[in-house]
Amino acid sequence: MEPVVVFFLLGVAGGLLRSDLKFPPAFYEAISIYLLLAIGLKGGVELARHPLASVIVPSLVVLALGVAIPLAAYPILRYAGGLKRADAASIAAHYGSVSVVTFAVASAFLVRQNVSHEGLLTVFLVLLEAPAILIGVMLARGVGAGTAFGPVAREVVLGKSVFLLLGGLVVGWVIGPEGIAPLGPLFIDLFKGVLALFLLEMGLVAARQSAALRRFGPFLLVFAIVMPLLSAALGLTAGHLLGLSIGGLTLLATLAASASYIAAPAAMRIAVPDANPALSLGASLGITFPFNLIVGIPLYYQAAIRVNGG
Amino acid sequence: MTTRRKLLTIVCESDLEKKLGDEVMAFGAHGYTVTEARGRGAGGERDAAWGPSGNIRMEVICEAAVADSIAAHLRKTYFEHYALVLYMSDVDVLRGEKF
Repeated sequence: MEPVVVFFLLGVAGGLLRSDLKFPPAFYEAISIYLLLAIGLKGGVELARHPLASVIVPSLVVLALGVAIPLAAYPILRYAGGLKRADAASIAAHYGSVSVVTFAVASAFLVRQNVSHEGLLTVFLVLLEAPAILIGVMLARGVGAGTAFGPVAREVVLGKSVFLLLGGLVVGWVIGPEGIAPLGPLFIDLFKGVLALFLLEMGLVAARQSAALRRFGPFLLVFAIVMPLLSAALGLTAGHLLGLSIGGLTLLATLAASASYIAAPAAMRIAVPDANPALSLGASLGITFPFNLIVGIPLYYQAAIRVNGG
Repeated sequence: MTTRRKLLTIVCESDLEKKLGDEVMAFGAHGYTVTEARGRGAGGERDAAWGPSGNIRMEVICEAAVADSIAAHLRKTYFEHYALVLYMSDVDVLRGEKF
């Protein structure tokens, strides 16, 4: 098992055993800033090796993926699950958007397998963050004059995660492989250790969220495992169309399968107040996140090998 | 030497901080103070362990009429769907013109 995932399991154990272990909020904030920036920088350096024009078509395909996933999730939640409109829309937004940490764990997994991937994937990570959240607001509120997309769009695009990822990408792209060398000890060498700390904290939080989910019955539990598999299949299809490598396919499938638990909750809380955050967070963080870490990523990797080979 | 004002205290989810701050000012308050908070209530435990479970306490010192209009607005807008507690008390402040 991927070493950082073991830290996650330690956190889950701490949460289930009701340990009083708790990260200071400022520390949690600080390491999430570090992770976002480090991921952006690494992607930017990779991206510097490719001509920028080659990014445009793949980006459009990935944006379409970001729109397709919430649109596929919504009817399942609304009609098969019988959830009310606001809840279905909010959960759809969470599942369409992405989890940066799941992406980081998948990258670490690939490094251990000695599989490289395209630098473009970090661009995809940024691109997939926002569209689903806007689709979610649209599904909940309808497309009308009364729907305030402006503040939501601003919140998502200028929010911490997109700003740092995009900022890191640009900085990495500008300074290139030589420029990153002196920063390497902090942003590259320490990355996995910090990721392990972050996953310990996420384990604590996830254990609490999954406890909340038990009150809502089996549908969401099943959804939180089946939906990432469906999304991963969509991600693999898109990646195949783009001719990605095995590493790229694995990461795009992981991105598609992952569900947001940072950007989407904050945006949906403001834009769709009547959606219950315990449902969306319970599913995305309590079930889908651990599922992807433990089962999903190795599975998507195997699927990527099949797709790439056949 | 002192002037009687209302102290309006709002305890709520930290996601609301920016929006509430703008609204409180729009209703005529001259300022506010925000502190991080955690606790437990009808909305569950808000332990501030990470982003979505963060809580804040916002304190506004203002004239009684402003406090009433802010309270009425919050009741209408937030009570139904958000973990939000609101209470008021009288305070005697120095430099009443600031509030």
